[in-house]
Amino acid sequence: MTDVLDRADATPRLKVVGTRPIRPDGADKVTGRAQFGADLTMPGQLVGKILRSPHAHARIVSIDAKKARALPGVKAVVTGADFPNLADEFHEGGEAASNLRDLAMNVMARDKALYDGHAVAAVAAISTAVADEALALIKVVYEVLPHVIEVEAAMASDAPVLHPTMFTEGLDERPALPSNIAKRNRIARGDLDAGFAAADVVIEGRYVTQAVHQGYIEPHACVASWAADGQCNVWSSSQGQFMVRTYCAKVLGLEISNIRVTPAEIGGGFGGKTTVYLEPLALALSRESGHPVKMVMSRDDVFRATGPTSGSVMYVKLGAKKDGTLTAADVELKYQAGAFAGSPVGAGSMTALACYDIANFVITGWDVVSNCPKVAAYRAPGAPIAAFAVESAMDDLARKLDIDPIALREQNGVKNGVKASYGPTFANIGYLETLAAIKTCPQYSMPLGPNQGRGVAAGFWFNVGGESTAAVHINEDGSAVVVTGNPDIGGSRASMAMMAAEVLGVPVEQVRPMVADTASIGFSMLTGGSRTTFATGMAVVQAAEKVVAELRRRAAVIWDVAVDQVVWADGVAVCRDPAKATGKTLTLEGLAGQSGRTGGPISAQVSLNAQGAGPGFGVHVCDVEIDPETGHVTVLRYTAAQDVGKAIHPSYVEGQIQGGVAQGVGWALNEEYIFDREGRMENAGFLDYRVPVASDLPMIDAILVEVANPRHPFGAKGVGEVPIVPPLAAVANAVRSAIGVRMTELPLSPPKIRAALDAKAG
Amino acid sequence: MAHVIAPSDCRQFTGGLSEFDIEADTVRRLVAELDRLYPGLGSWLDRRMAVAIDGEIHQDAWTSPIGPKSEVYFIPKIGGG
Amino acid sequence: MSKRHVSAIVNGDAVEFLTDPGMTLLDALRDELDLTGSKEGCGSGDCGACSVIVDGRLVCSCLMLAAEAQDRRIETIEGMAQGSDLHPLQQKFLEHAALQCGFCTPGILMASKALLDANPDPTETEARYWLAGNLCRCTGYDKIIRAVMDAAAEMRQARVS
Repeated sequence: MTDVLDRADATPRLKVVGTRPIRPDGADKVTGRAQFGADLTMPGQLVGKILRSPHAHARIVSIDAKKARALPGVKAVVTGADFPNLADEFHEGGEAASNLRDLAMNVMARDKALYDGHAVAAVAAISTAVADEALALIKVVYEVLPHVIEVEAAMASDAPVLHPTMFTEGLDERPALPSNIAKRNRIARGDLDAGFAAADVVIEGRYVTQAVHQGYIEPHACVASWAADGQCNVWSSSQGQFMVRTYCAKVLGLEISNIRVTPAEIGGGFGGKTTVYLEPLALALSRESGHPVKMVMSRDDVFRATGPTSGSVMYVKLGAKKDGTLTAADVELKYQAGAFAGSPVGAGSMTALACYDIANFVITGWDVVSNCPKVAAYRAPGAPIAAFAVESAMDDLARKLDIDPIALREQNGVKNGVKASYGPTFANIGYLETLAAIKTCPQYSMPLGPNQGRGVAAGFWFNVGGESTAAVHINEDGSAVVVTGNPDIGGSRASMAMMAAEVLGVPVEQVRPMVADTASIGFSMLTGGSRTTFATGMAVVQAAEKVVAELRRRAAVIWDVAVDQVVWADGVAVCRDPAKATGKTLTLEGLAGQSGRTGGPISAQVSLNAQGAGPGFGVHVCDVEIDPETGHVTVLRYTAAQDVGKAIHPSYVEGQIQGGVAQGVGWALNEEYIFDREGRMENAGFLDYRVPVASDLPMIDAILVEVANPRHPFGAKGVGEVPIVPPLAAVANAVRSAIGVRMTELPLSPPKIRAALDAKAG
Repeated sequence: MAHVIAPSDCRQFTGGLSEFDIEADTVRRLVAELDRLYPGLGSWLDRRMAVAIDGEIHQDAWTSPIGPKSEVYFIPKIGGG
Repeated sequence: MSKRHVSAIVNGDAVEFLTDPGMTLLDALRDELDLTGSKEGCGSGDCGACSVIVDGRLVCSCLMLAAEAQDRRIETIEGMAQGSDLHPLQQKFLEHAALQCGFCTPGILMASKALLDANPDPTETEARYWLAGNLCRCTGYDKIIRAVMDAAAEMRQARVS
């Protein structure tokens, strides 16, 4: 359509994409001006607080809030009785499907509290102190029920059943009795028995991981205002303002048109802010009190009642020929879903063997409810867990066959034209290139000292596209505004501005990106699934291309030539009509200044449903040193290579990779939910739930492998999720190499390492 | 004819089949044709599944084109973090 | 519960506010003085998002009572830039892309400033241990450490010349 973006040779001519400009929202974020969820105050606002169940599993016999309501300064009290009962309805927003009835019951318990921390009532009062006092005056009578946390215990036939209406889906026959097993899924190919019969060596293992939290530093926060005319405004920190609008409408039975959601800056999400906890409660309290209501979670609330991702038990059996060729794989994944169905075991199953070309396999996944918080998405949901098991087994296989772990992965690795374990045929993937990048990186051949070890692991994530809207407006001085509906969680404003600047042919500083509220831009799915730079970026590029077409048309009007005689190059219209002085130019500023006379403001909006997001692969190498006295593991060096398609802003792509690695290292070494015998979380704070700190980590080298995605204007693939997939196994494999013992239960905390060393010493 | 592969739990609609050869040039037409052949199957797949056309994943994409020799794979919808 | 009157110097300016005896300095800064740049990530001194400098010492403002601020000199993120000139640390954080979501950034900048005030030439290890009280979940710390080291080098250079 335009000369600026000749796709065939776009790459060598890029001027903005691939550079490292300062992010457009940077100054606000280093000076404390950026407004996050808890930073907004409304005139007359009240403080909203939640009463949470102290029991892991209990019937709510009665709730008496009379005394709380009578306390001076208390303006509203709501309980489950104030919310409509929803039918079993799946909302398919393109994100993982959520059952709205479950979502509503997770926001506020009805007849049963299903985990320690489950909301049972909420109050709004004139101050935090009064709200806290009111919570203490609410009398809840519980009938405490037996509870179950661990996944295999919850699957047992004598386990306490959370939902008497839950009958396992996906079995050959519908079971006669309800259970905690929500679903079984199965992916299979070939003949498993024949595959193992053909194997020269077989590796088997049982692997265990614990629930871990996304650990964003900003607790959930919102302000909600329900006006007398029924118009609702919500300001909140989330991964998607349209997601908040949809869920509030459903949970409260409201019209979408009556709700406007304005996104605050978001202080980290990692998938954990793809659902609602506070917003419907704040709206309900605002309706009852007639005041705006602000709600901010404590860190204790965040741990006990939001996130986490599943704990799991997994079994992996691999068969291979002496030469390393994989002949068979049997994988069983059991994932905790938390209090309601919907663990990421489906994605875990689909990704478990996605790096390998295996003729015979069966992958079985079990989605199991138990008395812990309902899991939320966490960066490549389900994939790191499965990769921990499979990549640990691959490492054992390489050891047993005495084959280099990269060579073993190259030998069995997927490439273009190979049928993925989850079905379709791969195209435009860069797995082998990513393996090669690690094989040749300096760290891979660095000598190791005593008590040191090196581990390698690979990982896969699909990445998604989906519905996005973007608008590009040209201001009267020739500068531009790019508007999208996607919260900027890690620098996406920069990549949006850069892509628009590239198409417009102007310096990136001339483009101001902004994130708009739900009334100011068309629908966009949330920021998640590594979709924003791909899908919303595609909308931005197309909107900018429409603007360029319009700019050429305006120049044609001014010069009185045919529009095909006007080209757009480097932000300037150039006349090619020999009859009217070839080479005459009009700047963007000049065209913008005259836009009133040539047809009005210059602006374009594009809404699309982006398809064909390219799958991503990562390969990591981790070096560790073990302190044999204490069992402490130090990560000495870490290199992560990833196929990113095309890095729009390489610094923020590296940042995604480094951040994913850090979270994965925390998962491997320190992080876990610990429950006491009553099913209460024992470590609901950053002191006892230990995320990695600066002194725990080395520099993390990120290698950007660029195998272009032909579906994206600049070749981008999603990058945010892949980097958390390999680290769990990369760390565990490094520990195996250092101590000579295979550790199969995360986290690899000092007491476990000490015990393994003691057992080895006999 | 596009070669269509659906997950095994679609057999409730088909009496055992999960692979089909179907004449259709868009996802919408493919779903309609599956519904005609096996009542309920098309809308069941349409509601729950994404589709990979020659390896490329499409979600909620009725207008996506299908070639005469395309491989069309129905897979669960993918979310993400 | 009667309120207590507090006078302090915040970012060079004399301020006065009323506080409940139990109010934290963080809440006073955010709710009484509208300085919302300091963040609450945990309320228990574990995350460092509320880091401020009090009489030259780095503290978690969620662990200090507002009443204890009487006659103290307090520096917050809002006072770090000189007018519209960013502090070298702020500039280096931008250049190195040392922030993603930006929520921990004010606290990390204050902690980094306290580090460089005390030790203009830290080793990477010293910087990592000094910042071990400030959690960042987005970056893996790599670019943060690079930004701090680069800012330190630039500030040393500026002092020499």
